Amino acid sequence: MGEKVLMKGNEAIAEAAIAAGCRHFFGYPITPQTEVAAYMSKRMPKIDGVYLQAESEVASINMVLGAGAAGVRVMTSTSSPGVSLMAEGISYIAGSDVPCLIVNVQRGGPGLGGIQPSQADYHQATKSTAHGDFHMLVFAPSTVQETVDMISTAFDLGDMYRMPAMVLSDGMLGQMMEPVVLPEPKDPDNDSKEWAACGHRNERKHNVVNSLYINPQELEDLVIARYERYAEIKEKHQMAEEYLADDADIIIVAYGSSSRVARSAIDKARKEGIKVGLVRPITLWPFPEKAILKHAEHAKVMLSVEMSMGQMVDDIRLVVNGKVPVEFYGRTGGMIPTPKEVYDQIVRLNGGEQ
Amino acid sequence: MSDLNVLFTGFGGQGILFTGKVMAYAALMEGKELSWLPSYGPEMRGGTASCSVCISDNTIGSPLVVNPDVLVAMNLPSLEKFQNDVVPGGIIIVDSSIVKQKVGRDDVKVVYIEASRIAEENGLKGAANMVILGRLFKETGFCSAENLDKGLQKSVPAKKANLLDSNRKAIALGIDS
Repeated sequence: MGEKVLMKGNEAIAEAAIAAGCRHFFGYPITPQTEVAAYMSKRMPKIDGVYLQAESEVASINMVLGAGAAGVRVMTSTSSPGVSLMAEGISYIAGSDVPCLIVNVQRGGPGLGGIQPSQADYHQATKSTAHGDFHMLVFAPSTVQETVDMISTAFDLGDMYRMPAMVLSDGMLGQMMEPVVLPEPKDPDNDSKEWAACGHRNERKHNVVNSLYINPQELEDLVIARYERYAEIKEKHQMAEEYLADDADIIIVAYGSSSRVARSAIDKARKEGIKVGLVRPITLWPFPEKAILKHAEHAKVMLSVEMSMGQMVDDIRLVVNGKVPVEFYGRTGGMIPTPKEVYDQIVRLNGGEQ
Repeated sequence: MSDLNVLFTGFGGQGILFTGKVMAYAALMEGKELSWLPSYGPEMRGGTASCSVCISDNTIGSPLVVNPDVLVAMNLPSLEKFQNDVVPGGIIIVDSSIVKQKVGRDDVKVVYIEASRIAEENGLKGAANMVILGRLFKETGFCSAENLDKGLQKSVPAKKANLLDSNRKAIALGIDS
C-alpha cells in the first residue's frame, strides 16, 4: 500500500491512467476537466509518453482511434460538449472494435450550458452516444479513490472486449480533493493485441482495423457478434454498491456525486427510523439490473436521484417493470441537490411529515 | 468530535482554497475521513472564492457544505451570503479588519478577529488566512497541534518551503489571539 495523499479527482484520473500503463493522451481543454490534460502535459514527456493537445475534440478522438488501432493503451478526456463533438469518432472506434478510455467530467447542458457539475449526459453515455448499434462500457465513480481504481478496470475490460470504455465523472468529483492511495504502476503492455495494425515486419498477414462494411450481411454478422459480447458483459460485469438496502422500504438509486448527497440524506432519515437504503450503480452500462431487481422484491417504492431532469430513472423503470413505483427527484443545469431536499423526498415517500 | 463541516469564504487571492487544504491535510494526518471542494470557474476571478471542507470519522456523503458548523468569512459579500446558513450553535469567524459589519445572529458563536491587521503588523502580509486557521484550530480542536503542523508541511510545495515559517508564525498568532 502506498501513502495516502490528497489529490484532485481530475489529477487522480491522469495519474491512475499512467499507473495503468497508458502512455498516449490526446485531448483539448475544457472546464471542468482541464486539470486532466494539464497534469498529463507535465507527466507524459517525463515517462516517454505522448501528450498531444489537438486542435479540437474531433481531432482528439480520431487520434485516439489511430493510436488504439495500433494497439497502445490510449485515452482522452473532455467535458459534456466535447463528448458531443467526439460522437462520430466514438462510433467509428466501436465499429472498429478498438479499445480506448474516454473520460467525461460532466457539466451542465444542453449547448454550451454551464461549467458546474451535472449528470445530464447519462443517456448520451449509455444509449445515444452516436449513430449505429453499439455500446461503451460506462463506469460512474463516486469518490476520488474509486475513480483511481476504476481507471485500470476500464482499460482492462475495454481491452478484453475490444471496445471503448467511458468513465463518467462530473465537475464536483473532478474538482474535489480526497485522500487516495495510488496503485502500483504497471508497465505498458502493447504486444498482446494480435489484431493491432502496428506493422507486420513481413512476418504475418497484415491486420486491418476498419469500420466500413459495404456488404450488409457481413455488417450484420459483425454487429450480431458484437452484441453477443455485450450479452456476456451484461452477465458478468454489472457493478453496484448497496448501502443499508436489505431491510429498506424505500430504495434510492443514485450514482456518482448525487449518490453521495443521497447517502447523507439516508443517514439522517435512518436516525429518524425510516427504512431507506441506497443502490448505487457503479457500472451504468451494463446497468446493474440484478442489484435493482433484488431490492424491487421488498421495496415499496424506488426513487431515482440525479443531477438531470430524469434519465437513469427510465432504466430503473424498465428493470423493475411495474413491480414497484419508481419516482424521480433531480436538479439540473449545474445545481447540486442538497441532502435536505433528498431527505424531504424520503419523508414524503414514507407517508408525509414526520 | 465526529463531524465538522467548514465553509471558507472570501475574495479570490486571500488564500481561501489553501487554508482549506491545510485543514484537509491536517485531518488526513489525524487519520480522519475528509473532503475538500473548491468553488471553480469565473466566479473565482475577482469575485468570491469558497471552499468546503468536511471532516468525519465516517464516510463523507455530500462534500458540498450547505449548512456549515464553522463559517470563515474574509469579506462582506460572503458573510452576508452565508451567515444565515450556519447551524445553530455553530461558529462564525470574521476577519474584522476587512468586514466591519456585525453578525446578525445570537444563536451562534461569533469570533471577530482582526486577522489582516495582526498579520500585517507582524510582517506577515497576506497570511491573514493562516491567522484565521490558527483561531479555527483553537476554537474547534479539529486535530492535534502536531498534525496541524504536518498538514501545513504537506500543503506548502517544496519550492516554497521558505514560506513554512511565516505560515507557522501566522498560525501561532491566531492561536494566541
